[in-house]
Amino acid sequence: MSARLTYLDWNATAPVLPEVAAAMGEWLARPGNASSVHRWGRAARQAVEAARREVAALAGLPAGHIIFTASGTEANQTVLRGVSGRRLVSALEHDSMRAGEDIELIPSRVDGTVDLAALERMLAAGPRPALVSVMLANNETGVVQPVAEAARLAHRAGALFHADAVQAAGKLALDKAAPGADLLTLSAHKIGGPQGLGALVASPALALAPLVAGGGQESGRRAGTENVAGIVGFGVAARLAAARAGDDASVAALRDEAERRLLEIASDARIFGGAALRLANTLCITMPRVPAATQVMALDLAGVMVSAGAACSSGKLRRSPVLEAMGVSPFHADCAIRVSLGWSTTAADIDHLVEAWSALYHRTRATAA
Amino acid sequence: MTLNHPPIYLDYHATTPCDPRVLAEMLPWFTEKFGNPGSVTHAYGREAADAVERARAQLAHLIGAEPREIVFTSGATEANNLAVKGAAHFHRALGKDHIVTLATEHKCVLESCRALEGEGFRVTYLPVEPNGLLDLARLEAALDESTALVSVMAAHNEIGVLQPLAEVAALAHAKGALLHTDAAQAAGKIPLDVARLGVDLMSISGHKMYGPKGVGVLYVRRRPRARIVPLFDGGGQERTLRSGTLPTPLCVGIGAAAAIAEQALVGEAERLLGLRRRFLAAIRARLPDAVLNGDAERRLPGNLNLSFPGVPAPDLMAACPALALSSGSACTAAEIEPSYVLRALGLPDDLAAASIRIGLGRGNTEEEVDFAAETIAASVRRLAPGGVKNAVSGAT
Repeated sequence: MSARLTYLDWNATAPVLPEVAAAMGEWLARPGNASSVHRWGRAARQAVEAARREVAALAGLPAGHIIFTASGTEANQTVLRGVSGRRLVSALEHDSMRAGEDIELIPSRVDGTVDLAALERMLAAGPRPALVSVMLANNETGVVQPVAEAARLAHRAGALFHADAVQAAGKLALDKAAPGADLLTLSAHKIGGPQGLGALVASPALALAPLVAGGGQESGRRAGTENVAGIVGFGVAARLAAARAGDDASVAALRDEAERRLLEIASDARIFGGAALRLANTLCITMPRVPAATQVMALDLAGVMVSAGAACSSGKLRRSPVLEAMGVSPFHADCAIRVSLGWSTTAADIDHLVEAWSALYHRTRATAA
Repeated sequence: MTLNHPPIYLDYHATTPCDPRVLAEMLPWFTEKFGNPGSVTHAYGREAADAVERARAQLAHLIGAEPREIVFTSGATEANNLAVKGAAHFHRALGKDHIVTLATEHKCVLESCRALEGEGFRVTYLPVEPNGLLDLARLEAALDESTALVSVMAAHNEIGVLQPLAEVAALAHAKGALLHTDAAQAAGKIPLDVARLGVDLMSISGHKMYGPKGVGVLYVRRRPRARIVPLFDGGGQERTLRSGTLPTPLCVGIGAAAAIAEQALVGEAERLLGLRRRFLAAIRARLPDAVLNGDAERRLPGNLNLSFPGVPAPDLMAACPALALSSGSACTAAEIEPSYVLRALGLPDDLAAASIRIGLGRGNTEEEVDFAAETIAASVRRLAPGGVKNAVSGAT
């Protein structure tokens, strides 16, 4: 067991930023239901609305477009279950965007981008679609998707366009990256905000049946007492993320160095999504003939935390649906790990990863020989 | 009377502040131990998952359940939606399409029922007696073999009344229906034991028991199993009943709050009952016209709901800016309409509109209660039709 711990699983979750924690701590200690009319309630309401403006600004939209939810998953599912009719969803989406009945999956190209030609054919082939959904950037490969073009195709066919921006927020400038999206999904804990909060960005004019009904909060679109401290934290995180977005040169340099060095060690390793435009922080790499479970365990023992695909249910390892959609053979897909960097990742972290990965590689190759 | 008394929070039913001990337990999980509890293949993830499981056990212990019967949600509203819609949707396939609830349930239960009516379910909204309690004979008459679910609040958010859950459970089970109870106001305030009560599904809120906002749980009985379907899908967390990354700090917070509440419950209930009686006596001594809404004894220790004839609640609240009072549920605080709950008790509109809710809690003292009663009494006298004299001599 190593004393040194290196966290390289930032696409699963990120630490709460100190500024966020400070702002939240204050609100956690105070009473105040944002719907109450007394001074405690009014103060909470003001804090919620100020945060709403900051989250909206991250998306480049007015505050009225923000519906706070408890997670990105809930926001995605609000879209998927709230829009009735024909729904075309990229095969590369997060589980929460593919979990629905009668979803039509838009295939992926081998480079990890959604197949726009296929989307165009699908749109032309059937009845008028209600929804097209393509994520901004993939959580496993980091591949940035051609959402502007997908949105154009969706709109031409009369469909709403939704983009899951959970992984892209804070890394890409959302207003430039997702022009024309009618709906966006955001998650606080991927950008240095708290777990337990997401947002659905939607025009107030858009009718969406709420998943959680009740007291009429969030303009009747999502019931439940507002998580004031969490929302305040999301607001601060959104402000910091907006300032950070696009400023990814140092993270990119570290990721590229990791990629270069890992490929040097293992000439038979493969990078997924490397041919496409990628988020600067994400690296999906395979070490052939070493199952992903073995790799993440060995790296964990060495103190390096990475993942084998998305972090969702109970840590059960399964073949990545993303890599499967990209046409990656099981031989490679079963041996793929995800390395994801963040704002506090250092060169020493990369050294640690390379060292641990190298040790594992040479050990397995020695055994094989 | 002094006007510069520090503000007094008397709205503990709307929300409570996080207990400092809860907050202290939560904080490290934001910045230092920040892993995703779903990432069990590495150290940070396992550490977070362990913390979530400890919290699950604390919640289970509070209500006499097993840890794996606890499903984390974003709050009681979501838990209520999950219970009501989830049970209805599961049982439709078995030919059960009927739900029974009370006209006085929380908005989120009623709205969930309305949504189900839109899908073809039949819902019976039972009236309540003038004291706010349900009539068991009426409930029994409403149940039949097609009833999938009975949903009855444990302790009421406006009038504080405690429904006879064990009797309700017996009647529901006799017809093969599940019993769900919204225990957002009851948990941590009065003893709740799911086995003794026979409850199949129970919703709990973090921020009503000195834990954080944004987290709640649904208890889902395993033996015999209460079958429900999720509200939405995704990564399959919480045994597929509730997808979405589990918020470790919030889970830790509600767990700590449950543990503290369990340990403090009896003493605090007695203390609050004493404060409530003191408050009510002070009000009655000054304002004999005041009407107590809801059963006088079978109610939460810290709850009062009072009508002051001829004094609209918004006017009274405006006259007492140092007191956090409410005119009913916070969810609908901004609405002008009188409370549907008080109307269901048979209060005429003018009396319902002249009602305030007082929720006493951990932070309140005798001195605060005395000051609040005096402030309210003085304001009511000033605002009542006919002014001070009429109100003072208004004993009937």
